[in-house]
Amino acid sequence: MKKVLDEGKLILIAIPVLIWTLLPIYHLFVLSISTQESMLAGRLWPEKPTLQNFQIVFNQQHYYLTNFWVQLFNSFMIAIATGLITLFIATCAAFAISRLKAPGGRSIMNFALATYLIPAAFLAIPMYKAMGTFGLLNTRVALILAMVALASPYAIWVLKQASDKLPKELDEAAIMDGANSLQLFRLVYLPLMKPSMVVIGIYALLLAWNEYLYAFLLLSSERAVPLAVGLGLFLSADDAPWNLLMTAGLIYAIPPAVIYYGFRKNMVSGLTSGAVKS
Amino acid sequence: MTTAAMAPPATVSSNATSGQARDRVLWGVLMLAPYLLVFAVMVVYPVAYGLWLGLNWQSYKALFADPIFIRTMVNTVVFLFIAVNLKFIIAMMLSGFFVQQRAWVRIILVLFILPWAVPSIPTILSFRIMLNPENGMINQQLFQWFGIVEGPGWLTDPTLAFASSILVHIWKSLPFWTLILVTGRLAIAQDLYEAASVDGANKWQQFRFITWPSLATLYVTSTLLSMIWTLGDFNSVYLLTGGGPGDLNHVLATLGIRYMRNNNLDLGIASIICAMPLILPMVWFMVKRLSKGAE
Repeated sequence: MKKVLDEGKLILIAIPVLIWTLLPIYHLFVLSISTQESMLAGRLWPEKPTLQNFQIVFNQQHYYLTNFWVQLFNSFMIAIATGLITLFIATCAAFAISRLKAPGGRSIMNFALATYLIPAAFLAIPMYKAMGTFGLLNTRVALILAMVALASPYAIWVLKQASDKLPKELDEAAIMDGANSLQLFRLVYLPLMKPSMVVIGIYALLLAWNEYLYAFLLLSSERAVPLAVGLGLFLSADDAPWNLLMTAGLIYAIPPAVIYYGFRKNMVSGLTSGAVKS
Repeated sequence: MTTAAMAPPATVSSNATSGQARDRVLWGVLMLAPYLLVFAVMVVYPVAYGLWLGLNWQSYKALFADPIFIRTMVNTVVFLFIAVNLKFIIAMMLSGFFVQQRAWVRIILVLFILPWAVPSIPTILSFRIMLNPENGMINQQLFQWFGIVEGPGWLTDPTLAFASSILVHIWKSLPFWTLILVTGRLAIAQDLYEAASVDGANKWQQFRFITWPSLATLYVTSTLLSMIWTLGDFNSVYLLTGGGPGDLNHVLATLGIRYMRNNNLDLGIASIICAMPLILPMVWFMVKRLSKGAE
């Protein structure tokens, strides 16, 4: 009897939690299959669900959607580039700090982590100005560099934690065999770090794909912006076609959700492993 | 972090030649170089540049003459206080729910993570449309179910609009912090609870004397970090209300960017510098805490 009661209490918590979490996502989905009229009536479920919105979005048949595919491609490219560059930078840095014990390595990592103590919107303003000085404004390079700078400290930290766990004896044996640092990196470190590297690559990729603020500031031309900023342009009018916006938004939200769930087990353990200890 | 200063020099094994030691130092520096370059160009230089621009005394005069700025400072403090505390109280309670070892609870956890895993823009815009006072789903449903003809002005009433952006902020960031606290709870030894319940401790006493002492450090560190990140949250306010109605609901993040977009960079920088008295104590406290943890 007590067990049933406990289960009942848990369900009473679960229901509001689920409604709270899923309501905006459900709303997003409902509008994406609603016609304009049914959307304006605020119905819980459209009268006649339709896939027409998707057809309009895919064929770019609306003023706000003229650059849909280009912007989706931009999002894709910026995310991939951020993922790869962060992976390269962080893998090298973590190796230098953890295995080579590079002079000053620990303090560099601590300074790097201090990046997260600057509120994002606050760093964005001087960064915008700096990108102007470098002549990089409105280039995708600027956004990719910004995302790499934001993803790297955490990436280095996670990879360093993972690398610290690899047994020291491996290095010692390799060094005794006369291996130089580069061979150590290639033959010992890289093969053992692969699982953590996958997690970090995906982390950086998702960070860049989901980013709005930096993209909104650093890029302005409609053909250079990622889809996140393209969707934000709907805000410029009050009578924007919300159902089309939600359709494009749904398409935009699906890849990160799928990737996240595909790698959920690795992601959660990989990303939170160090959090509790510190 | 400062105490962590220079790492001890590479402990070269006795078999290694001095050539190998030099090789390690050389490659250590080379492999740190790409990150240092990005860090210098994208973080150090902009921050130094911003601080230098912030020395312009005139912009502070202009800033304090702007009534929107004063209102924004108050908003920011209220936003931080309510959003962070509410988020962590809920996260603390929910972590107690999600730590239950049941298959169906784990499925709900998977769904619960969604707001954090999907990008802000579609979901916050979904909130915005849903809360639209005239056509939004919420007010339309209020009308259909309860006959409320004129539902609350979720985004048009200044107080409600402010509350809505706090709710959106919590919706987005709650899963992450709940997950952190769940991880923290999982690290607590289960036999403590068993011993306590044998001794007749009730649920509240178990929380008060086992869970809370074990999580306190993590809770405070997370709260501080979340305060800094909340201060930098642009999306929840900008995408939901744009700081409106009538610029009444800006926070420093959105106002600074608004100044900047209006070609008033100096005011943007100055408004950020004005947040320093808020940020620096938090940063100082964080650094102290983290360097203590590192030892």
